[in-house]
Amino acid sequence: MNELLLLLGMFLVTFGVRYPVLAIVSRIQLPEIINQGLKYIPPAVLMAIITPAVLNPEGKGVVLSLSNAPLFAGLIATLVAWRTKNVFLTIVIGMAAFWLWRWLLFS
Amino acid sequence: MGMSAFVFAGSSQFIAVGLIAAGASIGTILLTTFIVNLRHALYATTLAPHMNHLPQKWLLPLGFWLTDETFVVAVQRYDQPDRSPFKHWFTLGSAVFMYTNWQLCTFIGLVAGSAISNPESWGLDYAMIVTFIGMLVPMVKSRPILLAVLVAGVTSLATHSLPNQAGLFIATIMGVVAGVIAERSSTP
Repeated sequence: MNELLLLLGMFLVTFGVRYPVLAIVSRIQLPEIINQGLKYIPPAVLMAIITPAVLNPEGKGVVLSLSNAPLFAGLIATLVAWRTKNVFLTIVIGMAAFWLWRWLLFS
Repeated sequence: MGMSAFVFAGSSQFIAVGLIAAGASIGTILLTTFIVNLRHALYATTLAPHMNHLPQKWLLPLGFWLTDETFVVAVQRYDQPDRSPFKHWFTLGSAVFMYTNWQLCTFIGLVAGSAISNPESWGLDYAMIVTFIGMLVPMVKSRPILLAVLVAGVTSLATHSLPNQAGLFIATIMGVVAGVIAERSSTP
């Protein structure tokens, strides 16, 4: 396989969906309904990334049990984030909970 | 390493490496890359209204360096009430740091990859999830946003088995639609 061609193609495709949209949309006035929808994109994207990673970590189906370390740590992290609104603290405590729980389960 | 420098799209890179190993054609790899990256069009649409005062020479690098992480950080900065005219510098800073870090860690990975027997077992990929939780929770400030988040979450589970992260794109759209409908019906 021609590696250079592949690299060039992937560059064009990844760049092609980012820059043109940024360039065009920043120059025009969007209709009201689009503007209304935009603010829902960040929370919706985050939730769509988080949910499968936490509830279906192995990719083999939803695991609603405390033996699911990502779910346990995710709940702890949510609690910390809700109480403190501090991202750094959420990362530290969330990862600590994740590792601790996994260690307890597998030892 | 060359791929990290020019493509700079983590999920696409992982998938492309998998497809190369499986002996897929260039066309398949490019189409897959395109679908996986569709979500960046959504990111760009969100950020664009904040950037309508910026000249082309700003939009080019910000477009190339736009990632999941930079997008989330930039949106938070733009949402803060102060009227600082330099928020695009913040976005650029985040983007450059992400890019440098990405190159550095690709290099470390190349060197260390053979030395560590089972890199997945460390659970470091979970750090991204915890970070996102820390960012998401404070964003939920209204009922329509809560509804959008719930719909996106349920849809993402239902569409998780779809190939090429198409589920992520669909779940986001569903969440956004739910949020807009909820907002419109609560304020006639």
